[in-house]
Amino acid sequence: SKTRDNIVAGIDSIFSGFSSIDEEFYEEIEEILVMGDLGINATTAIIEDLKAKVKENKIKEPFECKELLIKSMKEQMDVGETAYEFENKQSVVLVIGVNGVGKTTSVGKLAGKLKDQGKKVVLAAADTFRAAASEQLTEWANRAGVDIIGGQEGADPAAVVFDAVAAAKARKADVLLCDTAGRLHNKKNLMEELRKINRILEKEYPEAYRETLVVLDGTTGQNALSQAREFKEVADITGIILTKLDGTAKGGIAVAIQSELKIPVKYIGVGETIDDLQKFDSEQFINALFTQN
Amino acid sequence: MAFENLSDKLQNVFKNLRSKGRLTEADVKAALKEVKMALLEADVNFKVVKQFIKAVQERAIGQDVMNGLNPGQMVIKIVNEEMVALMGNETTEIALKPGNEITIIMMVGLQGAGKTTTTAKLAGLFKKKGRKPLLAACDIYRPAAIQQLHINGEKQGVEVFSMGDKNKPVDIAKAAVEHASKNGYNTLIIDTAGRLHVDESMMEELQELKKNIQIDQCILVVDAMTGQDAVNVSETFNEKIGIDGVILTKLDGDTRGGAALSIRSVTGRPILYVGMGEKLTDLEQFYPDRMASRILGMGDVLTLIDKV
Ligand SMILES: Nc1nc2c(ncn2[C@@H]2O[C@H](COP(=O)(O)OP(=O)(O)OP(=O)(O)O)[C@@H](O)[C@H]2O)c(=O)[nH]1
Ligand SMILES: Nc1nc2c(ncn2[C@@H]2O[C@H](COP(=O)(O)OP(=O)(O)OP(=O)(O)O)[C@@H](O)[C@H]2O)c(=O)[nH]1
Ligand SMILES: [Mg+2]
Ligand SMILES: [Mg+2]
Repeated sequence: SKTRDNIVAGIDSIFSGFSSIDEEFYEEIEEILVMGDLGINATTAIIEDLKAKVKENKIKEPFECKELLIKSMKEQMDVGETAYEFENKQSVVLVIGVNGVGKTTSVGKLAGKLKDQGKKVVLAAADTFRAAASEQLTEWANRAGVDIIGGQEGADPAAVVFDAVAAAKARKADVLLCDTAGRLHNKKNLMEELRKINRILEKEYPEAYRETLVVLDGTTGQNALSQAREFKEVADITGIILTKLDGTAKGGIAVAIQSELKIPVKYIGVGETIDDLQKFDSEQFINALFTQN
Repeated sequence: MAFENLSDKLQNVFKNLRSKGRLTEADVKAALKEVKMALLEADVNFKVVKQFIKAVQERAIGQDVMNGLNPGQMVIKIVNEEMVALMGNETTEIALKPGNEITIIMMVGLQGAGKTTTTAKLAGLFKKKGRKPLLAACDIYRPAAIQQLHINGEKQGVEVFSMGDKNKPVDIAKAAVEHASKNGYNTLIIDTAGRLHVDESMMEELQELKKNIQIDQCILVVDAMTGQDAVNVSETFNEKIGIDGVILTKLDGDTRGGAALSIRSVTGRPILYVGMGEKLTDLEQFYPDRMASRILGMGDVLTLIDKV
């Protein structure tokens, strides 16, 4: 992975060659942001805001303008330490998202991380739909060395969650992590099923601190915004896990989501091993956005 | 929604203009500005959009505006035609060898794109056509990938060849070819592990597979929701491995699917099928014209234009 120094060099090289702040300079910024998947709406809003600030502060130098832009984007994406409170409480984490984004893998990684902190973790295999979903999660439970409450293919996922809550209580678990089946956010019945799971958690486990994480594939474009919007309708989303950032995709749609829905990115996925989950670092994220691969 | 649809926007742009004889540079530029926004919003790659807009602009300026259309609609008509042409005018099928000769198909792509599911979907499709498909489980990395293929194969009534996760994919594939020829299978579909295009050693694994096995069709499976990165991904897979066709998955969602245009324009390879759900029968033909209107987000206007 890249060091901070060459990331900064990367940013400089992108903006080099501009001696004044003109239309071409703004077009360059537009290209970078759109190519990073922020989307044309968020990009336009950011550039308009930047233009206003440049005018207001009488900024003349491109490098100052660049710094202003990067700084304000970092601030916008910043997550406070309170974002991770659930790690130290008796809590239940519901993990949701569309198909194939990395929910099961992220649950496995999170389990490993919490287990390393000495926590007692229980997993709920509430994806009873996809072929071999529970075998997959079982393998992760083994890797992390944590308990799993399984579901047979075809079983009612809400019933699995119900059982898992009982097991978490009985075993005095610190954290219960619930993996769910992938579902596209425009499927009414599947979203209803999620609502039901959410209700079970509210009703059966009110004493646990609630965390609901939506997993978004960092490679996804504008549709991730629509995903976040719809999943927010079903449950109170408390954060995002942005996966697959070990490739060349930038995951910039998270910026649009943060500004429209105020949902922070809490973790990023950077690979397929158990250690490849990191706390979100806004500085690193924004720098990468402005760095050519 | 923050984004008004393209037809509303064009309606606004051309509100005060009466239909004229020819498209002027100003007409075309004004309309294409909106088209550009729509394409970006649909996730078509920025560079692909620029190229595309330039080509359309050159073609459109000076053209006659057809009766019954306003200049904006005329530009859209041209945009639509160019898009359909770019995505391949006709639907393409996977080429299969006749008789008992084995056709070998290899599925490749990023993690979670839908390779394993699509492998089983294709098996069902081929079976229906009277072929004898065999599936090979060459993903030795993802937890339970082999079981997943077995369960899906069973649902389709299709045999799955596997050797656990301790053998190299190339050895599993070689053995699968042998198994196929001994047992009268004429279509072998190889499921491979998801991998990033920038993962050198994993890409080498695919190169080795291609070197050692007579692959007839290497199919890139791509999630239709992919954003700007679709260009990097498809370009790299095509350069390093060589792809013959593309299958777009998860089009049952509400994505506009601009990745289709990006992939097509950087690889030149046809889009063969689209995944329309998780069920193993949810695989459909690809229609360039439907995809074009989905990306443009203006099916209504296109219907109107078709009537003219
Ligand atoms: N490179 C990379 N691959 C990842 C990452 N996270 C998950 N994956 C891979 O993405 C694929 C899908 O991951 P899963 O965890 O099965 O995704 P899911 O959301 O549970 O999928 P469904 O349950 O089918 O909806 C697997 O091959 C994972 O190994 C990541 O951060 N980086
Ligand atoms: N809605 C929908 N889901 C799909 C479609 N195709 C695949 N999926 C789902 O997407 C998820 C990932 O599919 P897989 O077939 O496991 O993907 P893969 O490319 O084999 O994943 P890896 O082997 O981990 O790289 C699963 O939940 C599938 O059910 C589709 O066309 N529509
Ligand atoms: Mg899963
Ligand atoms: Mg697979």
